[in-house]
Amino acid sequence: MASVNYFLTEEQQMIKELARQIAREKIIPQRAELDEKEEFPWSIMKDLAQADLFGLFVPEEYGGLGGGCMDICVALEELAYGCIAVTTTYAASALGSYPIQLFGTEEQKKKYLPPIATGEKFAAFGLTEVNAGSDAAAIQTTAVEDGDYWVLNGSKQWITTGGEAEIYTIIALTDKHKGPRGASAFIVEKGDPGFTFGKKERKMGLRASTTRELFFTDCRIPKDRLLGRRGLGFIIAMKTLDLARPGIGAMGVGLSQAALDEAVNHARKRIQFGAPIISFQAIQHMLANMATEIEASRALVYAVARTIDAGEKDIQKLSAMAKLFPTDVAMKVTTDAVQILGGYGYMKDYPVEKMMRDAKVLQIYEGTNQILRNVIGQSLNKEYSKR
Amino acid sequence: MEIICCIKQVPATDTVRFDPEKGTLIREGIVAEINPYDLFALEAAVQLRESYGGRVTVLSMGPPQAEEAIREAISRGADGGILLSDRAFAGSDTLATSYILKKAIEKIGSWDVVLCGKQTTDGDTAQVGPGLAARLGCTCITCVEAIERMEDGRFRVRRRLEEGTYTLEADSPLVITIEMGANSPRVPSLKGKMRAKKAEIPIFTKEDIGAEDEMIGLAGSPTSVDSTYVPEFKGTHEMIQGTPAEQVDALLKIFREAGV
Repeated sequence: MASVNYFLTEEQQMIKELARQIAREKIIPQRAELDEKEEFPWSIMKDLAQADLFGLFVPEEYGGLGGGCMDICVALEELAYGCIAVTTTYAASALGSYPIQLFGTEEQKKKYLPPIATGEKFAAFGLTEVNAGSDAAAIQTTAVEDGDYWVLNGSKQWITTGGEAEIYTIIALTDKHKGPRGASAFIVEKGDPGFTFGKKERKMGLRASTTRELFFTDCRIPKDRLLGRRGLGFIIAMKTLDLARPGIGAMGVGLSQAALDEAVNHARKRIQFGAPIISFQAIQHMLANMATEIEASRALVYAVARTIDAGEKDIQKLSAMAKLFPTDVAMKVTTDAVQILGGYGYMKDYPVEKMMRDAKVLQIYEGTNQILRNVIGQSLNKEYSKR
Repeated sequence: MEIICCIKQVPATDTVRFDPEKGTLIREGIVAEINPYDLFALEAAVQLRESYGGRVTVLSMGPPQAEEAIREAISRGADGGILLSDRAFAGSDTLATSYILKKAIEKIGSWDVVLCGKQTTDGDTAQVGPGLAARLGCTCITCVEAIERMEDGRFRVRRRLEEGTYTLEADSPLVITIEMGANSPRVPSLKGKMRAKKAEIPIFTKEDIGAEDEMIGLAGSPTSVDSTYVPEFKGTHEMIQGTPAEQVDALLKIFREAGV
């Protein structure tokens, strides 16, 4: 098969093969049942841990393998080929660990990163609230200093792996009137007094991933759980999302590729009017657009990931692009895959309806695609004003 | 504990095609994989090491490319591996193979237990494990699904047969063959893959293990394949119409007429 040469390193080729093997052997056989039962993929998480994949996003000095953004994107793409609900659970642990990696003290890193790297503990990231989604500055959860403790009050909504994760990085207001400098980031552990979970949410897609509300009721945590400095909360949140977004794009690529494979295979087998439907231009053109847009997505994700690995610091616009385009493509490609499979595609006996349900969340979480367009637009305005 | 795990590289079952004219395997386009039964043996070996310490050495006889199977076994948790490869080994049946494996194991020297898959998906004889035990002069327990080592050093194993499950105890050294589905074979790990890439895989030849010519290859193999053919599947079908009761009556009539 003619495929683009992305000049993966030997390690990246290894990561790709391994993640692909896990997707084929462990994820695909289970995905329909996990989706149907809304079941958390414990056994697959164990497989990922055993395969050292949780170590990929943690530096070597804290027990990981010190993979870069590109390495992680390669893994996420291949896992997402199997199921993005399972992959989201994996990716969420990376997301929850980034604030510690980026802003944690040596002690915090030594304490929290090694068990995340082995997959023994999952991490989760908590920013969104009932009244604060795209408008992150509208959060209402507060953290008040009390002697040697911080006391948290409020709640977080739609937190991926909420309840199953052990380590949470939470953004809370520390100075209501300081605007962008008014929030701080904290590490909260499962079991901290006053920290509880809401019911498991029922979702349209992404059903094997657990989503819960987090409640903080006079939740007392030691002083040393503050990440970075007081007032850095929103900056920590934005830097975390900037680093994670190319990975969501990579998941879009993997999901789209899976949908294309299903669509082409079906179109080659399905006979109508005496011929396989792939012989009709109406179908060919849909497949051609799907394949071309997927390759463009992949090229964009890889290029941005490599730019990040090369040390570029100003990545907000680029990482927004690397999430925006592939996830819009994923929605379109999975919808078209259902269309090409027709009635079969709409049935639960075939995997594409799940892919279409799952794809939608990629356009919503880690920054809606509308907000990402704002980010890109504002960056353009800023960049051109300096010319 | 020194654990030896015997594996074989076989054609991946979903890529196998036959030439109906010649009755032979079409070698082109065939993907080789570790015999699926052996993956369960390897997982059992790695679990034994994880529980009781020691080392897992993989042993495989085959052409030079069988080295890939050994590297994959290392990426799945084995500590090292040895390839038994020599033109003189070609054509060995199960009797000659068990002799070659025995000579190699004697050269390795100290070992506590040999694990094999119950059978292979290509030969399907299930003879090599027991044959190896006979040649080594030790106990053999087949169709095993669980192994533990007791404090006195003896092994306790659970053996699954059609009529029920047996729990047996035996002294080491012994040969155990592992049943399909005994465990859930792990996927490779990244660190394992890196270790596998760097691993040195020694190749043992006929001379290295001191095998005698008349015991190996075609000369050492009393089994010879006379001819092979691809079975033809000629199925017909007939749809039976009517109410369920009518359909059952019609079906019974057909069975009776066919003498079933």
